[in-house]
Amino acid sequence: MSTNAHNFPVQIPIPLDPRTPARVGGMRGKSGLATVRRPLRGICSDVPKVGLSDICLSYRAQGGERLLALDHINLEVKAGEFLCIVGPSGCGKSTLLHLIAGLHRQTSGEVLIDGNRVQGPGTDRILIFQELGLFPWLTVGDNVEFGMKMKGIGKAEREEKTRHYLRLVHLSQFKDSFTHQLSGGMRQRVALARALATEPDVLLMDEPFAALDAQTRDLLHDELERIWAETGATIIFVTHNVREAIRLGDRVALLTFRPGRVKREFVVDLPRPRVLEDVHVAHAAGEILGELREEINRSLEVEYNVGVKPHVEVGVEP
Amino acid sequence: MKRAARLIVFYAGLLGLWTLLAELKIWPPYLFPTPWGVGDALYTGFKDHSFVIAIAVSMRRVLIGYAISVVLGMVLGLGVASSKFLEETMGGLLVSLQSLPSICWWPLALLWFGLSQNAILFVVIMGSLLSVTLAMEDGRKQMPKIYSMAGRNLGASGFQLFWHVLLPASLPFIVSGLKQGWAFAWRSLITAEMLYLSLGLGQVLMMGRDLNDMSAVIAVMILIIAIGYVVDGLVFKSMESRLQRRWGLTSST
Repeated sequence: MSTNAHNFPVQIPIPLDPRTPARVGGMRGKSGLATVRRPLRGICSDVPKVGLSDICLSYRAQGGERLLALDHINLEVKAGEFLCIVGPSGCGKSTLLHLIAGLHRQTSGEVLIDGNRVQGPGTDRILIFQELGLFPWLTVGDNVEFGMKMKGIGKAEREEKTRHYLRLVHLSQFKDSFTHQLSGGMRQRVALARALATEPDVLLMDEPFAALDAQTRDLLHDELERIWAETGATIIFVTHNVREAIRLGDRVALLTFRPGRVKREFVVDLPRPRVLEDVHVAHAAGEILGELREEINRSLEVEYNVGVKPHVEVGVEP
Repeated sequence: MKRAARLIVFYAGLLGLWTLLAELKIWPPYLFPTPWGVGDALYTGFKDHSFVIAIAVSMRRVLIGYAISVVLGMVLGLGVASSKFLEETMGGLLVSLQSLPSICWWPLALLWFGLSQNAILFVVIMGSLLSVTLAMEDGRKQMPKIYSMAGRNLGASGFQLFWHVLLPASLPFIVSGLKQGWAFAWRSLITAEMLYLSLGLGQVLMMGRDLNDMSAVIAVMILIIAIGYVVDGLVFKSMESRLQRRWGLTSST
């Protein structure tokens, strides 16, 4: 078990208006000065890359009553920004990505890309599913080519780009393998290459590294950060692991449990590259964990239907 | 090797028993032919090309009929699987229709299409269409939703989505239905051919009956079985193993 997360469960009171993002990680002297991006809302007047305005989603549960899954979600993501969304399971964070991808429709509210309303799926936003959704009937190379083929890009260009993106994720020699022949981490990288190959402006990632072992995940964190820097893509990354969110994100949005609301946003004021085990990362995570824990306890109470608050430990992934 | 030896012993025993029964002459030879009598019938049938022509005609019919069923069945199956209305209304009808032997359509087919090739095709299609439809419906439902979402996410829609995603994704689930559809198509064809004097294996078989030539009848039966078996082995078995290799299902299941 890694050592740090448990030593910082102190909830640091954040005396800010919840509508303005709290700053985490910056309390420790010089690290706060090294901020590269600070996308505070209202400061930049230009149109955000992704804008969610008053997104609500309700659905009919099995009993027949309507359940509110997402409740007036408002979020803005600047071009090139890395936003992480954390929340307890069942808070609708994955659903939110599906809405941005245009795979489902919200009950009310709007998803805006560059100020234009999203009407359906589009290759300007590619979602990497938690289960990846790689096509087992295609080779790795054909999987990466798929999006380009749908776009009608010519064969020569497709092949060249496939080579490029496979090289980017270090899978060049596996072009002709089938996906079941690869390890979990490799499959994850195929999914990344497949998503990047359509050259989306926005990359949506749904707990992509949750099922991986710690070593592979660390490696992929580095790779993702590098690719993000190289491509300049805007990334919205959903995770339930707060430290991962701090490790990767410029900003972390915390969602509440059922209905999902944006409870608070945190700007991560830590220099990159960050290390998961870093004290500052752990400390920053501690601040968010305090708030997340409340939500998790609420979710557990609902799930187990008990009055007594069960003891929860969060944030430390095996 | 052991398996091959067991097979040889089994079939040798079967032939031996057959020879023994024929040699005992319990029944007259024209009712119960000897194995070499049947072999002789096979030889002459191929020598005077009557079997070759019959096989060619029958294969052509079954291939056309089966191809139409597959295309139609896939469209119908997809429709039923993706529309709640169709599922509720047509779903039950399709299942209940499956208990109807396809040859029951023969009288209608005769009235609608006359004594023609098309009447036979109609019976063949009715024989295999339901299997393919139900298999496709089931395959579409069993197919993990993630594939169609991933496909749409990567920019596929409409026919592209069907051709590049839904169809290949549901293949492992529908291959057994396709196989069953083939078997039904083959059976329906032979039945229909037996009722309608036209070229084809079914007719050759009936000719054997008319001539009281049981050797010829058994020879044609053997051909019908052999063709069914070969198609199953060559087409469907290889398709299944190819799918399993690609999907990585070989070792785990």
